[in-house]
Amino acid sequence: MIADRLALYDLYAAYGALIDAGDWNAWLDLFAAVCRYQIIPRENADLGLPAGLVFCDSRAVLEDRIMALREANKYNIHWDRHMIGLPRVLEDAGVEVSVEASFAVFQSDQEGGSRLFATGLYRDRIIGEGEGLKFRDKTVLLDTFAVPSLLATPL
Amino acid sequence: MATAAIWPTLDYRRVPYRLYHDPELYQQEQDHIFRGGTWSFLALDVEIPHPGDFRATYVGETPIIINRDEAGAVHAFVNRCAHRGALVRRELSGNAKSHTCIYHQWCYGPDGKLAAIPFRRGIGGKGGMEPGFDMSAHGLRRLKLSAVNGAWFGTFAEDSETLEEYLGPAVLTQLHRFFDKKMKVLGYNRQRIRGNWKIYAENTRDNYHASLLHEFLVTFGLDRSTQVGGVKMDARHRHSFTWAEAGSDSEEAARRAYGEAHIRNDYLSLQEPALVKFYPEHGDRLNIAISTVFPASVFVQISNSMAVRQVRPRGLDEVEIFQTMLGYEDDTAEMTLHRLRQANLVGPAGLVSMEDGEAIEIAHRASRPDRDGMTVIELGGGGEISDRDYRVHDVPLRGFWSYYAELMGIEPDGAVR
Repeated sequence: MIADRLALYDLYAAYGALIDAGDWNAWLDLFAAVCRYQIIPRENADLGLPAGLVFCDSRAVLEDRIMALREANKYNIHWDRHMIGLPRVLEDAGVEVSVEASFAVFQSDQEGGSRLFATGLYRDRIIGEGEGLKFRDKTVLLDTFAVPSLLATPL
Repeated sequence: MATAAIWPTLDYRRVPYRLYHDPELYQQEQDHIFRGGTWSFLALDVEIPHPGDFRATYVGETPIIINRDEAGAVHAFVNRCAHRGALVRRELSGNAKSHTCIYHQWCYGPDGKLAAIPFRRGIGGKGGMEPGFDMSAHGLRRLKLSAVNGAWFGTFAEDSETLEEYLGPAVLTQLHRFFDKKMKVLGYNRQRIRGNWKIYAENTRDNYHASLLHEFLVTFGLDRSTQVGGVKMDARHRHSFTWAEAGSDSEEAARRAYGEAHIRNDYLSLQEPALVKFYPEHGDRLNIAISTVFPASVFVQISNSMAVRQVRPRGLDEVEIFQTMLGYEDDTAEMTLHRLRQANLVGPAGLVSMEDGEAIEIAHRASRPDRDGMTVIELGGGGEISDRDYRVHDVPLRGFWSYYAELMGIEPDGAVR
């Protein structure tokens, strides 16, 4: 249905914009109460190996990571800019939708230099929860698995 | 051109910035260090379990193939065609009976020997190689191999020390502990840091920075300098083993020490304590056990996460950290999940390691324009390079530079070793 498709587009638009704005609380609100978020190097996915760069198999671990980012971690001072391609619906099972979307993240440093930081594919399962759509499971399949410098802010 | 006169002291408590930024030295390092008598970690036996299995890796910037032949023997050689210097094997891993360069299809066996050249006799009696061409003189340069419990190391020097002699008892004991069962690869990760490889090599030997740069360690009570721990080295002080014992300090002592140093000590708690939960595994309480092997191999246990890191220089100004995440073959499903969760701690996005990428880049960037400037290495005092039973020190960095100076032919007379 056209209305549902627009809600899906809104979800992806919000996803990138909230990370780029550094509004991680609002970003966390895009995930379901029971959720998983992981960043898997393409190298591992192709070899069938499970280890991720980020492996949040529960909402608690995801929230811990965001708290650590705020409270403890130090990283390159930068801005992110997400470019997310149109989401492609792979399967719509009614209660849950499987979606893929390409992404590119550019990083800019505080002296104004920009570079391509990461590109890859989101593989997502999305459910309706509360008022809107939420990510039940988000796997970031990372093509740029030779991570430039370090990976702190979410992809 | 660097000479022994470059060192202002004989105990390496000062290191001139130019050693990180000199292109000529960088080339000499490839010859004298990486392709010299040192041993470098190449791969694990379990990564090439079957005949024909191969992996591509590096020693310094030199591309290497390690593979297993039909009889089960492991060989390693330079991944560069004897004909025109092209990469022979382009894939990172796979299974093959031989290795053929795509450029002119020169073909090499799993022992690196040149097996076939297309049109060697030409066509119709015309062209081809001269009759005297010696196939046996045009194989791929082989490395001497040796393994510790299934961890393969290679060296370019036929006359090098044995691997056991090279490692010395302290590190060898730790590698036996680390690899005390059959391993299982959980995955790989890579990080490209815009800094000279030696700044990273220093970082892995620097116990002083750990709980200061990596605030997560203290904030969430995983690793503090108040724990019982220290460093052991080999007799030549080129390698180091850094350890700490879990639960060996009190909350109160830690709060006091960090408070007195005006360092944040308001500990926070995690929603998922498994991230920092430690299950002892080897009949000891070590929750930090990091072995660095000169020049560029690191074996890291932080809590229950385990990894091997290869430090791969990519020119003067960039280094790739290639990390193999590990478990044991007999791990339960719960333990594997625990290790995957604790993989969050390490690597380019690691909660206790991401800062290294930034620290190395800012040290590299700011030191570059002033090559006569000096770094200060004096935690734990100068003078003798020796084992320590405390944690606030950076002594193994001086050991690294001492052996570096020797191999590079810039060791001053009377220098400590």
